[in-house]
Amino acid sequence: MTAKTHLLGSRPAALTVRGTATGTALLFGVGLAAAVAAPFLLYPVFLMKVLCFALFACAFNLLIGFAGLLSFGHAAFFGSAAYIAAHAVKEWGWAPEFGLLAATGGAALLGLVFGLVAIRRQGIYFAMITLALSQMVFFLALQLPFTHGEDGIQGVPRGLLFGLFDLGQPLTMYYTVLAIFIAGFAIIWRTVHSPFGQVLKAIRENEPRAISLGYRTDRYKLLAFVLSASLAGLAGGTKALVFQLASLTDVTWQMSGEVVLMTLLGGMGTLFGPVVGAGLVVTLESYLASTSLPVPVVIGFIFVVCVLLFRRGIVGELLARLPGRSR
Amino acid sequence: MPDGAITKTAMLEIADLHAFYGESHVLHGVSLEVRQGEVVTLLGRNGAGKTTTMRSIMGIVSKRSGSIRFQGTELVGMAQHRIPRLGIGYVPEERGIFSSLSVDENLTLPPVVKDGGMTVQQIYDLFPNLKGRGSTQGTRLSGGEQQMLAIARILRTGANLILLDEPTEGLAPVIIEQIGVAVRALKARGFTIVLVEQNFRFAATIADRHYVMEEGHVVDMIPNDQLDANMDKLHTYLGV
Repeated sequence: MTAKTHLLGSRPAALTVRGTATGTALLFGVGLAAAVAAPFLLYPVFLMKVLCFALFACAFNLLIGFAGLLSFGHAAFFGSAAYIAAHAVKEWGWAPEFGLLAATGGAALLGLVFGLVAIRRQGIYFAMITLALSQMVFFLALQLPFTHGEDGIQGVPRGLLFGLFDLGQPLTMYYTVLAIFIAGFAIIWRTVHSPFGQVLKAIRENEPRAISLGYRTDRYKLLAFVLSASLAGLAGGTKALVFQLASLTDVTWQMSGEVVLMTLLGGMGTLFGPVVGAGLVVTLESYLASTSLPVPVVIGFIFVVCVLLFRRGIVGELLARLPGRSR
Repeated sequence: MPDGAITKTAMLEIADLHAFYGESHVLHGVSLEVRQGEVVTLLGRNGAGKTTTMRSIMGIVSKRSGSIRFQGTELVGMAQHRIPRLGIGYVPEERGIFSSLSVDENLTLPPVVKDGGMTVQQIYDLFPNLKGRGSTQGTRLSGGEQQMLAIARILRTGANLILLDEPTEGLAPVIIEQIGVAVRALKARGFTIVLVEQNFRFAATIADRHYVMEEGHVVDMIPNDQLDANMDKLHTYLGV
């Protein structure tokens, strides 16, 4: 879990920085072009699912990869935001953008409550407290009348975005989800590269030292937690619109485990890792669903291989092998 | 503050400080004072309590009793993150350079707590080795450069009391010489410095006074100009 440094090659510093910047810009360009073209080649609902989970995993990664906090209860934010969005849009007839805002805000509030309780403890205790709190949310989702228990909230209308764009059209919905993902990713990118992000990295690496430099680290961890919860909520709310459904699956602890898996598989602490991890897991799940192979066994096997052979995750390993990359 | 007269003479005043690591009682009533603009060293064998004294000032050792007053403010009982904000910079023995941050990021990470901190340019003038290394990963610097960076990043914050824990440990003589030049330059700029040192030959070249610690007490105080006269005594204190 510690920040390790893997450095190969010894190019001059200036050259490395410029190389990294162009490399990243290139990667962004290619990724964006692929994302824009993708719905003409692949099934849009599948792509939207990947994007929702990618945003969820990126939000989770902000916490574990940059602040060093392992939350085992992120499904609570993802799932309850899905319920909020579904209920607001279906029962109250809110426009989708307001439904998503309510979902994000609700997840942020929940994140604040979870954070205030969990931040006081570290390591395994932190993970267990987040798990316990998210199980409480699960039972609420099971019992509260508005969630409709096992049925979930079904048939959520997608509605008109800003009163103009009909989200019932798959392509419109897809580009909306893509825009949401890019916005969420941009927020994470900005956070990680801001002075705030540097303080988070310092806390992850050596919290006592960060305190003795004069930082009130609890505040920073709490802010990171709330930010991560909000973005997880944005992903959950979006998913509810895409599938027109909010169900118990989204709040189970298995969902919390799944996002951990995606992040570790793709590469914890890298920006693109969770995107790759989410893409891989969602793809595997949907392809394996049509075969007779048991999905959890296959994914579990891949996870074991990943931990044994490339512990930094797919993207983490690639970055470490590229000469001149510093992280 | 009613004791304004005292703050004029002593910037840092430690009285009857006891500190504990869990059950073990490490400091047994340490008392010392540091005046504005002074360089004071804490000398003593391993385990005498020098580092613990510094860690107690910073609140890292939280189980402590007695009094530590900085410019009249009591530090015992104060929240740990507020202590550096008063203007106390701590450079720990292990330096604490962050490996996930570059040299520049390490340098600019500590919050500026007071006016009058040094600019990055002035810091580069003091430590020319750091110039041009900004995008290098912090822990890829040599040991001596990391030590310079650890000191440098405190200077930006405007802290006026600097606690240096064994800045020369494990460094080559030529680097120790550079650190010595830098510490003297800092003294000339008016910084107050508390230095933990094993190497008293180094300490003698920069300090005004030396406190000798033994088994959690301050056993002696030797002004630097009386060091020669007290050499025999010092050898007994520090010798093996």
